[in-house]
Amino acid sequence: MSNALGLGRAAFKEALLSHRSGLRPCDIDGVDFITAIGRVDGIEQHPLPDAFKAYEGRNNRLAHLALMQDGFMPRVDELRRSLGAHRMGVLLGTSTSGILETEQAYTRRDPVSGALPADFRYRETQNTFATAHFIREILELRGPALTVSTACSSSAKIFANAARWLEADLCDAVIVGGVDSLCLTTLFGFHSLELLSKNPSKPCAIDRDGISIGEAAGFAILTHHHREEGSLAVLGAGESSDAHHMSSPHPEGLGAAIAMRACLNAAQIDSNDVDFILLHGTATRTNDIAEDRGILKVLGEAKNAASIKGHIGHTLGAAGIMNALTACLALEGQFTPGTLHTQTVDPLIRSHVALEPAIHAPTSIILSNAFGFGGSNACLLLGRDQHGR
Amino acid sequence: MAAEIHLIGIGLRGPGLSNWPTAKEILIHGGLDPLMPTPSGRAALLPPTERRRATEVTRLALDVAEEAVGCHDPSDIPALFTSSGGEVNIVHEIFLTLVGPDRRLSPTQFHNSVHNAAAGYWSIASGSRMPTDSLCAYDDSLGSGLLEGLLRLQEQHQRILVVAYDLPAPYPISLYRSIPSGFAVGFLLSSDPKDTPMASLDWSYEAEPPAVSPLNDPGLETLRTSNPAARALPLLIAIARKETQTLRLGVGMQGALCLKIQPCY
Repeated sequence: MSNALGLGRAAFKEALLSHRSGLRPCDIDGVDFITAIGRVDGIEQHPLPDAFKAYEGRNNRLAHLALMQDGFMPRVDELRRSLGAHRMGVLLGTSTSGILETEQAYTRRDPVSGALPADFRYRETQNTFATAHFIREILELRGPALTVSTACSSSAKIFANAARWLEADLCDAVIVGGVDSLCLTTLFGFHSLELLSKNPSKPCAIDRDGISIGEAAGFAILTHHHREEGSLAVLGAGESSDAHHMSSPHPEGLGAAIAMRACLNAAQIDSNDVDFILLHGTATRTNDIAEDRGILKVLGEAKNAASIKGHIGHTLGAAGIMNALTACLALEGQFTPGTLHTQTVDPLIRSHVALEPAIHAPTSIILSNAFGFGGSNACLLLGRDQHGR
Repeated sequence: MAAEIHLIGIGLRGPGLSNWPTAKEILIHGGLDPLMPTPSGRAALLPPTERRRATEVTRLALDVAEEAVGCHDPSDIPALFTSSGGEVNIVHEIFLTLVGPDRRLSPTQFHNSVHNAAAGYWSIASGSRMPTDSLCAYDDSLGSGLLEGLLRLQEQHQRILVVAYDLPAPYPISLYRSIPSGFAVGFLLSSDPKDTPMASLDWSYEAEPPAVSPLNDPGLETLRTSNPAARALPLLIAIARKETQTLRLGVGMQGALCLKIQPCY
């Protein structure tokens, strides 16, 4: 993984435990308003390998930086040798893909013809499939590849697609990933909706005033269940739509509640057995309260919960997998994260929002939420694979 | 394999193709002029305020969705939207705004720019709180979308709506991605034996890219190869001609969806 807190699992885990934020004042060229961002250091100094020059761009570089951490690529190599390249697929969640490269190409248009510069690569950068294709090529895989682009729920929904691929025996292993990179479209876009905070975001706070946009890439390898007893597992996934509004959630969290209930049903897990909730928790006035109302309907009040959006920002298309990977770290390390920058929790929020991390927290099942524009909702349950489940 | 899968509804818009019933004639006999205009989107199911906000590509996708669903209640049908370029026009407008003197975007412009705009508007139009998908697999977006829809049927759902759509990208992106005419197609698939079928489908996934034979009609073949959503034409032609056929559609720019189509009379 790679996010504003650094590269790799150890950096992220250390920051979660020490309750440190990776957000900083926005220093992106051309942004003429004040906001905080979760920017990944080192992307500019990390060109892609020569054979992949056609894919050059921030989104693909960010993906590559993440793939290079924690022995991920060697592990993929090992699996490819044992399973075969055509039995390993790629599912990617992204909202931005490489639109930053097109934004930049539009600044270099031919003054007479208006044409984009000759080095512009639509298929390898801007197209929504570009990063999924890049990942399959650089990992030398030959199974199916697909991009799911449902805005900020994208990289949570891919876990459900991966489960269907494995169930239908399309693959023996699926590389699931979420990659979203900073660009002017999302910064100016969320600014136009008046959803950007001037300060590092304060999820669930009484004085929360909007999101901080971040960039991130995260990956996981999913295989058939029962392969290794006791290994980390996706216990269930639930999806729904709001049927309400393009950019605001249903105020009572109806769609969110349907996704959470579907997830518990799929996993055959009682709501009382959920130990912790990783909130979508973007820190806008409406989102946090709508999510909490959804939780109240399905899981009841005073559930322990936290949002990591104050740590790394709202990473949009990567937000789902950032939450899922946080859940994995928490399950492995038996800790739970806190919620950064929040001093006082909004009294209307009925969940028990943890402000500080809990260093020794027995945790066996974590629910993880991701909601997006277009009223797209996805919920995952993460835990340990157990016999008979 | 679980229950038999039936195709129970089709929606279609393309150059000179204004709906499925009238397009059948051209699909059977050929003679398509790919330079004819594609009908404008209406999105009649959307409330008027949302209809005004929705983009042309979203309205076109909603029209084939509505036609494919027909008389069935859309509110309990999960829907899957798949497109290579998605919201090509609004994204171009945003790029122009960002290099202009005033970089402020409009809120509607921004929320319309997401790849899942059509899926989101469909959820509002249909009142469906069922899952919606929004996918992209470049030139194989149709085959990948159909495969995901078939997997959802296998999982638990009795019906699924699969919509594939692509509009021409505006200049200058068109220099790098040439899609001369718009095309959109909707398929309503069902595993409910009570539904009246147009055709039954049997499918399998193959790990190798498909060898696809060109269509006889030059106009239909031009359309098929130039718009990713129009990769559906061989399937549509087989159904229009009531021909039993085995077809292959590209999946994920690597594999293939093998479809055995048995039209029902």
